[in-house]
Amino acid sequence: MPGPARILAADDLARMLRRLAHELLEANQGAHDLVLVGIQTRGLPLARRLSSLITEIEGTEVPTGALDTTLYRDDLGRRQPKSLHPTDVPVDISGRTVVLVDDVLYTGRTIRAALDALSELGRPGRIRLVVLVDRGHRELPIRADHVGKNLPTAYGDRIQVLVEELDGEDGVIAQPSTEGEGR
Amino acid sequence: MTADPRGDTTTAAVSGMAAADGARQRAATAAGGRTAPAAVIGEPAPMPHLLGIDDLDAAQVVRILDTAEQLLPIATRERNTVPTLRGKVVCNLFLEDSTRTRISFDLAAKRLSAEVLNFSAKGSSVSKGESFKDTALTLDAMGVDCVVVRSGSSGAPRQLARYLDVPILNAGDGWHQHPTQALLDVFTMRRHLGALSGRHVVIVGDLLHSRVARSEVQALNLLGAKVSVVAPPTLLPPEVEGWGVELVADLDEVLPDVDVVYLLRVQRERMHRAFFPSSREYSRLWGMDGRRLGLLGDHAIVMHPGPMNRGVEITGEVADCDRAVITEQVTNGIAVRMACLYLLLAAAGGDTEEAR
Repeated sequence: MPGPARILAADDLARMLRRLAHELLEANQGAHDLVLVGIQTRGLPLARRLSSLITEIEGTEVPTGALDTTLYRDDLGRRQPKSLHPTDVPVDISGRTVVLVDDVLYTGRTIRAALDALSELGRPGRIRLVVLVDRGHRELPIRADHVGKNLPTAYGDRIQVLVEELDGEDGVIAQPSTEGEGR
Repeated sequence: MTADPRGDTTTAAVSGMAAADGARQRAATAAGGRTAPAAVIGEPAPMPHLLGIDDLDAAQVVRILDTAEQLLPIATRERNTVPTLRGKVVCNLFLEDSTRTRISFDLAAKRLSAEVLNFSAKGSSVSKGESFKDTALTLDAMGVDCVVVRSGSSGAPRQLARYLDVPILNAGDGWHQHPTQALLDVFTMRRHLGALSGRHVVIVGDLLHSRVARSEVQALNLLGAKVSVVAPPTLLPPEVEGWGVELVADLDEVLPDVDVVYLLRVQRERMHRAFFPSSREYSRLWGMDGRRLGLLGDHAIVMHPGPMNRGVEITGEVADCDRAVITEQVTNGIAVRMACLYLLLAAAGGDTEEAR
């Protein structure tokens, strides 16, 4: 089996995040009413970085929170339970534009769970989705509003986004395989 | 286990403490400063059942405590349920009365959106032998997804696990085990003290008839705490020497050194056997009162599994003081039971499909 290939390097990732921050601000006409919510676990550091980029570009602080989707997943009992992580959104999301941030968009099931989890916290005016990598193979009618990179993959490939905060380095690696993993 | 579970205990406990500080004013910490708990190093083995603490290793205990930590804030949210166990049926099979434990399990299951079936066998003869098996087969035929069982007979949950293919959760059996009580106790201790490794807990009272004590000692040993016991000689089980505890004769002597005083309930129904002369005598020698409270270190906490006998093992003054975390134990019990149900039911069915 071939080893993992590095698809994106740290500076690719940095440039992508900067572009995504600009796209978000353009689409929202500024940082007004935005709340960034990172999906645990790798969406959270990405959301924090987008937040500081927005502050840098626009000069405004954007509230940033964390969302754990595990308890809202529909595949309970089909796999070993994942560790739970904090859900912690510091502001009332009602009426605001919530930007969900995740590392990889794949089947769409995590995002479905995230939408359910968000609705428990309030009624956002709008929900937008930002992902670093869209690898296709959707099983639900879900699409991202802003995508760092579209990455054609085989169903069983393993795509992994690495972030400095959790993995010690930034980048995206792909492992062609018949065994699907990650989410 | 190749990984050192202590390392994880420490990280988890630290994040637990951070959560504890803010927990009372709901989980409204700024997202900026807080990091997620470290990923579990060396995934703990899945648990098919929760029959006793003696079936668990340290990593499994830590996973339950970490899971409970994340489930605790759900209770204080405006919508205090999550849909996780929707469509699952949890049966509370209570062959022995225990309103408090049953209500706690009931609430835990409901917060996870499970259906709850309460089956109490009061007055019927389902507690032994063939008829117990028939009860099990009936539950199986009804298609329950998990059975929470409380029984006066030691070993009944393990027997049930042989009859049924669904996860069995022991809610207390005879003098044997009461794992969720031990887990909620160590959870409460961890929230107050951080990692329990090297901490000192004294357990006081009726160790002979106490399933709580047995489970408690095992859980504390797994997490690396030092355990002392003080009890009337008549209420010490003969095999206590093998529990890995230190026997202490005088409660006053050990109090200045401990981080936790854990008082066991004096089981009034057993008083007629004359295990000790009188309840006044008991409270003088083994009861926690204001004077003994003064012997404790500033950080030490007082715990009791409930229900309390005020004036016997604990005075009202101690029960109501801010060092007593007895009502907190009750609140934490729901989160810990949610964690157990979640881990048992989420694992059920095995890996039939890869994660996506």
